[in-house]
Amino acid sequence: MAPVFEYAPAPESRSIVDIAPSYGLFIDGEFAEAADGKAFKTVSPSTEEVLSEVAEATEADVDRAVKAARAAFEKWSALPGSERAKYLFRIARIIQERSRELAVLETLDNGKPIRETRDADLPLVAAHFFYYAGWADKLDHAGYGADPRPLGVAGQVIPWNFPLLMLAWKIAPALATGNTVVLKPAETTPLSALFFADICRQAGLPKGVVNILTGDGRAGAALIAHPDVNKVAFTGSTAVGKEIARTVAGTRKKVTLELGGKGANIVFDDAPIDQAVEGIVNGIFFNQGQVCCAGSRLLVQESVQDELLDSLKRRLSTLRLGDPLDKNTDIGAINSAEQLARITKLADLGEAEGAERWSPACELPENGYWFAPTLFTNVTQAHTVARDEIFGPVLSVLTFRTPDEAVAKANNTPYGLSAGIWTEKGSRILAVANKLRAGVIWSNTFNKFDPTSPFGGYKESGFGREGGRHGLEAYLDV
Amino acid sequence: MSDRLNVLKTYKLYVGGKFPRSESGRVYEVTDAKGKWLANAPLASRKDARDAVVAARKAFGGWSGATAYNRGQILYRVAEMLEGRRDQYVREVAEAEGLSKAKAGEQVDAAIDRWVWYAGWTDKIAQVVGGGNPVAGPFFNLSSPEPTGVVAVLAPRKSSFLGLVSVIAPVIATGNTAVVVASETSPLPALSLGEVLATSDLPGGVVNILSGRTAEIAAPLAAHQDVNAIDLAGADEALAKELEIAAADNLKRVLRPQPVDNWAATSGTDRMTAFLETKTVWHPTGSLGASGSAY
Amino acid sequence: MRTGLYSRYARRYARLVTMPTTAPNALSDVTASDSTLRRFLHGLPGVDAVGLEARAASLGTRSIKTTAKAYAIDLAISMVDLTTLEGADTPGKVRALGAKAVRPDPTDRTTPATAAVCVYPDMVATAKEAVAGSAVKVASVATAFPAGRAPIAVKLADVREAVAAGADEIDMVIDRGAFLAGNYMKVYDEITAVKEACGTSARLKVIFETGELSTYDNIRRASWLGMLAGADFIKTSTGKVAVNATPANTLLMLEAVRDFRAQTGVQVGVKPAGGIRTSKDAVKFLVLVNETAGEDWLDNHWFRFGASSLLNDLLMQRQKLATGRYSGPDYVTVD
Repeated sequence: MAPVFEYAPAPESRSIVDIAPSYGLFIDGEFAEAADGKAFKTVSPSTEEVLSEVAEATEADVDRAVKAARAAFEKWSALPGSERAKYLFRIARIIQERSRELAVLETLDNGKPIRETRDADLPLVAAHFFYYAGWADKLDHAGYGADPRPLGVAGQVIPWNFPLLMLAWKIAPALATGNTVVLKPAETTPLSALFFADICRQAGLPKGVVNILTGDGRAGAALIAHPDVNKVAFTGSTAVGKEIARTVAGTRKKVTLELGGKGANIVFDDAPIDQAVEGIVNGIFFNQGQVCCAGSRLLVQESVQDELLDSLKRRLSTLRLGDPLDKNTDIGAINSAEQLARITKLADLGEAEGAERWSPACELPENGYWFAPTLFTNVTQAHTVARDEIFGPVLSVLTFRTPDEAVAKANNTPYGLSAGIWTEKGSRILAVANKLRAGVIWSNTFNKFDPTSPFGGYKESGFGREGGRHGLEAYLDV
Repeated sequence: MSDRLNVLKTYKLYVGGKFPRSESGRVYEVTDAKGKWLANAPLASRKDARDAVVAARKAFGGWSGATAYNRGQILYRVAEMLEGRRDQYVREVAEAEGLSKAKAGEQVDAAIDRWVWYAGWTDKIAQVVGGGNPVAGPFFNLSSPEPTGVVAVLAPRKSSFLGLVSVIAPVIATGNTAVVVASETSPLPALSLGEVLATSDLPGGVVNILSGRTAEIAAPLAAHQDVNAIDLAGADEALAKELEIAAADNLKRVLRPQPVDNWAATSGTDRMTAFLETKTVWHPTGSLGASGSAY
Repeated sequence: MRTGLYSRYARRYARLVTMPTTAPNALSDVTASDSTLRRFLHGLPGVDAVGLEARAASLGTRSIKTTAKAYAIDLAISMVDLTTLEGADTPGKVRALGAKAVRPDPTDRTTPATAAVCVYPDMVATAKEAVAGSAVKVASVATAFPAGRAPIAVKLADVREAVAAGADEIDMVIDRGAFLAGNYMKVYDEITAVKEACGTSARLKVIFETGELSTYDNIRRASWLGMLAGADFIKTSTGKVAVNATPANTLLMLEAVRDFRAQTGVQVGVKPAGGIRTSKDAVKFLVLVNETAGEDWLDNHWFRFGASSLLNDLLMQRQKLATGRYSGPDYVTVD
């Protein structure tokens, strides 16, 4: 037998990124300590190494940041759109220039593979700014009436799964429409937002237009509750989303929420099977499954179940788990100990409830937070693993007999963010897509994103859309 | 005037295409603007609200799946039916809102015209708010608006008919179904509207109309897990906040009450888009041939 | 032996899954008639072009460094079918090619020999002499290569001549016209006839001319058709049309041989040919093999590159790895 073709380590160089030992809050164009001087550590999930220490924003800091954003609003919103556009174009270009550095940084702070930050996150971040830059002087033509006005100060709270991309989804449309921003990155992934603050400075963005507050949930809650915030944008869990909806009740604050999901990936017996397998893998193992629109429920037509599962298992056995900075790594680290505990608990519950658990043979690194790609078969709609969002590399496999049944099962969830359809029959794609109650439907593909394409959920997956012309509405007084 | 005794109308709820009394067996007195008794209206209960949601959910599949052209014709048919019964509504609106015949006539005419406006929107809104997205890759990508589902509608308190029509028509034009809570003080034009809807080819359950205490009926609707959205047009500030909090339990789409001085003013698309979801469907392109575009 | 060199993080997973293997005759009914064959081929799963190309591109981003690169380059050299298929081929040219195949880098005796030389039938005897005493095989294109537009009797005679002259391998072309006309049985019969003409001594490579079949669905069907008919290798192309081997069509054929072995137990080789010119490209193809068909195919008995200029690039890369400096065309032989 031929010797095994082992790939030698191919680590991306870490030296391209220079992480300071500590960072302050970015308020009114300056970095500053928190009001009470408190700070917290951010670690690399793959090694548990402390990367840096960042300021922990207090309510007083939130107030200061909102005031700075308010003060900047008048001038920023009065700028001709063409001038705002140029700032955003500058930002897009600087991101492209620094994309290698930012990709490495994101991989260090988040734990996701460099292959993803390099090939997915960063290109999408730059593209998002580039796209919305172009809208800034064309708002009259966006279908929201003549001269639509910005809302004011946007309070934005983003998650840890795509730190810089979610920042782009929030900040680009907000600035293009003339709003100013106070953004709180997630507690476990603050660094790329702080680097973004530096990019704003490089771009010459006026002070106070973008303010970055690092901190925990309390800072986020204070930001959302702040009386002088006009717009609330949140991406994160459905539980927190509901809390936010209660907080803003009775106010004039405009809200958009991008929340959880339990996406169904439906594979019919006439699917292009090899591509379907790739789509399933991409659907649930992209970013370790820590994706709100993950295809976490595989609905496979019973007549092709065995064939599909064999192919899927064989494919999973080729996934490479390990050092996220290695260019050949497919599966990186789970973002935090807390998230790992949640995934572990839900997977154990799946087993306890009688679903059949399978993982490829897989050696997990000693340090850091790791979870092997996991497959549950013999799952029914009644199993917790088929209902709760796990937000990890865990796929639940269910079967169906007819298209009707597939649709019924796919829709049988309080969520409604994403779904996938795999079949070579065009009319079936259109019929099923029509019946699925989900905001994004990928047919014969999965987990594709584009700045021009609106994204957002039905039902408890939230409301409002980000991306495209639709994404402007959330930041306009219309 | 002859000395013939009028036949009085028993006002009933309109639920699932039928005209039931409130399951509670209760009614309340409805008076005109000067306090004169007009009729007894059903005092709908939580259970009536629940039944209405069931009816609305049941109707949703068919109504949202109907062609936009079909929905347009049915909405237009409502206008036709109203036109034929114009005098009845002028009288009811005049009594309810204390208006002169002429003023009430203006309200009814505007309400009829509003149905015509939305009838024309059914097959255009998708073209205005949807469309193809030029994604950077070999994919066809189309965003289309879809109805959000069952919408609870608190009709405006004052504008008993024009306001009512202005909040119902945009909800159902796009394929949603509605559970409407009529103006608490002036429910009679709303209850009569049910009679027109029932004879306009509108499938039963698409619009369900309840009368009674707004706060009492609205609370279970706002908390109902099978209601997708709520229009708070008829809620005062305190009630609106309370209902918005309850609505957060299943993340209903909430249209907050807005200061509307003049329901006769031309409508935009806002009341439609408030209850629309955007669905984006992707599909690969590029199957022309292995020797084609890709390399 | 290599394991110790690698980070425990980047370790590949063990192969746990074995595909069900059914008896080799499981598919014998398929070729019972024209209609059963057509039903079978049209019943194969479709191929989504964008998804296939995306997967191939994604595997193309694997970063093969240091020891892995050295291994891959030597492996690739050993898999080259060093080819000359010109009207202007002469005995001198073929002898030079043979010498190069046997000893690709005269300056470094540790360089592996290529798998074979590939020539026209009338050059087989010359080639055979040129590689005599080595393990290098002689492959011959036949069946009225490259168009294949000749009577069957002529094609078979072409094959027999080549085999008689000592060819170890026959690279036949299928009748693309018949395939595109839906006349699958004619294609099948021709392949089986050629296979018979190869006898027991020559292995048969079946060339589809994927660029002419045009769609991926056709390439998948042709792959199965070729394997059902007894191909020892399935091969992308002649190198004589605009589009030859690509990562995507080779990935698709690798899926086919993988699935065919799972169903029948019979292993079939794959040979991309034409258009692979650089070491970087060759290594990408080896990654495709490794992660699709698996390590069983990482051997020149099961995978080949139909190429000519590729070899020199591989040799220059090999010299670079050995010496640490970039090589140049004057340091490899031009033949």
